Amino acid sequence: MKRWIKFVGLGFTTLTGLACLIIVAMLVLILGNVVIHGGPRLSWEFVSGEPRAGMTEGGIFPAIFGTVALVLLMTLAVVPLGVAAAIYLHEYARQGSQLVHLVRLALHNLAGVPAIVFGMFGLGFFIKFVGSGVDRAFFRGQLTFAQPCILWAALTLAVLTLPTVVVATEEALRAVPRSYREAAYAAGATRWQVVQHVVLPQSVAGILTGTILAVSRGAGEVAPIMFTGAAYYLPYLPKKLNDQFMELGYHIYVLTTQSPDVEATKPILYATVLLLLALTFALNLVAILVRSSIRRKLRGA
Amino acid sequence: MDRPRNERLLLKGKPRIIEALLETAVRSSAFLVIAALALIFFFVAKEALPLLTSAEVHEEATLWTMLQAREGGGFVWQPASEKPKYSLPPLVVGTLKVTLVALLMAIPLAILAAIFTSEFAPQQLRELVKPAVEMLAGIPSVVIGFFALIVVATWLQEAFGFTFRLNAITAGIGLSLAVIPIVYTVAEDALSAVPQAFRDGSLALGANRWQTAWRVVLPAAMPGVFAGCVLGFGRAIGETMIVLMASGNAAMMSWNPAESFRSFSATIAAELGEVVYGSPHYHVLFFIGAFLFIITFLLNLAGHWYVGRLRARLEGKL
Repeated sequence: MKRWIKFVGLGFTTLTGLACLIIVAMLVLILGNVVIHGGPRLSWEFVSGEPRAGMTEGGIFPAIFGTVALVLLMTLAVVPLGVAAAIYLHEYARQGSQLVHLVRLALHNLAGVPAIVFGMFGLGFFIKFVGSGVDRAFFRGQLTFAQPCILWAALTLAVLTLPTVVVATEEALRAVPRSYREAAYAAGATRWQVVQHVVLPQSVAGILTGTILAVSRGAGEVAPIMFTGAAYYLPYLPKKLNDQFMELGYHIYVLTTQSPDVEATKPILYATVLLLLALTFALNLVAILVRSSIRRKLRGA
Repeated sequence: MDRPRNERLLLKGKPRIIEALLETAVRSSAFLVIAALALIFFFVAKEALPLLTSAEVHEEATLWTMLQAREGGGFVWQPASEKPKYSLPPLVVGTLKVTLVALLMAIPLAILAAIFTSEFAPQQLRELVKPAVEMLAGIPSVVIGFFALIVVATWLQEAFGFTFRLNAITAGIGLSLAVIPIVYTVAEDALSAVPQAFRDGSLALGANRWQTAWRVVLPAAMPGVFAGCVLGFGRAIGETMIVLMASGNAAMMSWNPAESFRSFSATIAAELGEVVYGSPHYHVLFFIGAFLFIITFLLNLAGHWYVGRLRARLEGKL
């Protein structure tokens, strides 16, 4: 009887270990495959050149440029908003109040809305509602902003990444010891002065983490930008807010599914995937490192 | 944090208007979070509503005809043909088929791995597995879709000789890669939140470590583990790029996982770009979007309710 129990236990433990192994192996498999096939094709010419010969040759500079511009615009929108919301939740609102509860619930649910629904929202709200409103008010009804463009794509992504920024910022605010605030209040500081001079400087690292995570998420999402501004191919770079743009993730989708000759595009495709993966992983790695240092501080406090 | 009681006295002579303005700004951004969710629902539902109300749309499709079999039998989704046919059952079957395959793979793997990291793994190994899962979560879904389409599909076809290169097994494997991190993270959090005293008590009574893990820790953390599954389900049903790229996108009424299919999310992604604004097809797609929104919304609510339940239970309030 005793031996039987031991045997089952060993089997069970091995099974759980095996599950871990499988998950890690899948990650290694994807990374390895992409690095092996994509690595040799990476070059300066690839990063800085224009696509040529029906996107089977040349580089992907327009897609890189578009991604960076998109993510920058998104950051400009989401970081102030997300940080302000987190400050309200943690510094201003009475804890346990109905409103705080409601905001948190909204955050959780916002994080769970499918990416494609964000795309529909961008189309229905930003382009068809706000865009045409702007056109009627400022451009005498001429089609200017009521069309897919980089501004609306960036704002759609900003709504998508809002929960990421708020949650990371809140965690950072929580890591600031209560005694710091009390000391500032005792010295006669107002609530905003405490936030501005004590709490925010202390939580810069956490806000940065949230920003990086949001950027890494935003750089990889394709579904929300499909109808709100990403273009299949453009001979020019986006210069105005109402220009369309090329984007790395969307470029991967296009090359994978719409290419007439998959074998010919494969080298370029793999290199593009490698570039996007390297970008998101580098960002995630920095975020993980910063966050673990914050958590250590939090545990110490 | 509570205001100091003598605040009024301290603030004498300070620019109170700016203070008040800033407070308003900060508070309104919190309201904006709620507003964002409400706006998403409102604007998706607004474009979906004509399917139920507009006579013009009803000439092509009503909710009733979309669920009914056609004359002569069969369900067809052909919105772009001369006489558009909108039949939802093939999409329902496709969505459920791939979600089922993905969850059948992801849930056991993720929960077992979570048990391993929280109960059996030595510290160093834990520090290795958790970042690995975080990295998996960080892979953009378009990259997973690419991998499923280019690599996994080829491997599986060579191994099993599928008639359809792109099918629910290929897409399900890809989808499980997106679901595993969610289930794992929530389940691992729940297992780690079980107080050490539970384990100590069980071990002191003579149970060994696997008995403790299986019969004490896992049942105690059950609401949290279940929450992970529910949230994973929500992710699977709404995930777009992986399914769009690896499903074959053929709206077939078949439960066979080795055949191609078309899901709700992929239908929207594939068709919304070309559709005429305000056409019946446009409203049908938004109707599907609103439906996805409501389903994932309810799943999320349920998931977080279970997380709250776990917390209450472990704090002894339940």
